[in-house]
Amino acid sequence: MAKSIDEYLRTQFMPHIWCPGCGHGIVLNALLRAVARLDLPKDQVCVVSGIGCASRAPGYLDFNTLHTTHGRAIAFATGIKLANPDLHVIVVTGDGDGAAIGGNHLIHAARRNMGVTTVMFNNSIYGMTNGQYSPLTPSGMFAATAPYGNVERNFDMCELVRASGANYVARATVAQARQLSTYIERAIENPGFAFVEAVGSCPTYFGRRNKLGSSLQMLETLKKNSVTAAAAAKLDPAELRGKIIIGEFYRGDAPGYIELYDGVIERAKEAAGK
Amino acid sequence: MISAGSPEAPVLVRREWCKGCGICIAMCPKKVLEAAPDGKAVVARPDDCTRCETCEIMCPDFAVRVVAKRAAAPAGRREAVADGR
Repeated sequence: MAKSIDEYLRTQFMPHIWCPGCGHGIVLNALLRAVARLDLPKDQVCVVSGIGCASRAPGYLDFNTLHTTHGRAIAFATGIKLANPDLHVIVVTGDGDGAAIGGNHLIHAARRNMGVTTVMFNNSIYGMTNGQYSPLTPSGMFAATAPYGNVERNFDMCELVRASGANYVARATVAQARQLSTYIERAIENPGFAFVEAVGSCPTYFGRRNKLGSSLQMLETLKKNSVTAAAAAKLDPAELRGKIIIGEFYRGDAPGYIELYDGVIERAKEAAGK
Repeated sequence: MISAGSPEAPVLVRREWCKGCGICIAMCPKKVLEAAPDGKAVVARPDDCTRCETCEIMCPDFAVRVVAKRAAAPAGRREAVADGR
């Protein structure tokens, strides 16, 4: 195991750009501790991101890293994985990047069971562009583009990705940082498409506009509102309103795309008489 | 008594990375950390540290490090954490 997660940081670029108390740092910390426990060589990890606050993460990481275009991290990651299947490809995306503009790539990567780990940093808002609502902004909450409250319903990303065919689906909040790190570790180990939703907090745009208090108060609120999947199963929908269901929702062993594609290569070789 | 700056200090805070959010100070179960006048964390009671690493895990800025780690948690405890219990 790595002596310190500092080994995975490009320390010359620290401190990072995120606001004081931003949940993204806690998620990134959990991700790096997962990589450290798995003792992955730095050259065997590739972290890919799109655009947004969460997508700034790879800039600080001393792995193979790629900061791509808005919503397309999974598309780039798919290409990287196919070209170099031995790499551990990890996508870091936000709720705006991954659930809105990148939503199509997400569901199709899940459907293909592509061997990519996706960690969605869900802070419920577009933070980088001053707080527009995203597909994960809960109904009724305020945003720069929802001054009277968001009338739209938010996605349940875990249900969406599970239904699309992913092999591993889990959710935790930054208030359960140890649990979150364990889920990311299991996600990286899973050979198919693995998805972890990390529910965090944006104290600057989401917090201020919704009067949720300091970053510390937002952490306490996340903790208070978290309900384990086992406990949630016993509650009715009214009791679950405003709650965040956490836990591992699915661990499957369907063959991953890379495994299936190895079969294609074999069959093509046979057909060519090699 | 271990002084905060001594090589034996269990926790180190990198002031240049700390943004003073106060999460480590509030989360420490033993109140080892305090806020300096500028809001950044300082190690006030190093002798009380149990090396639980909560400060390090919860710091969004990679600014807090528990340098003297304690032995790995037993397997049972690790699973309990993983299951959210």
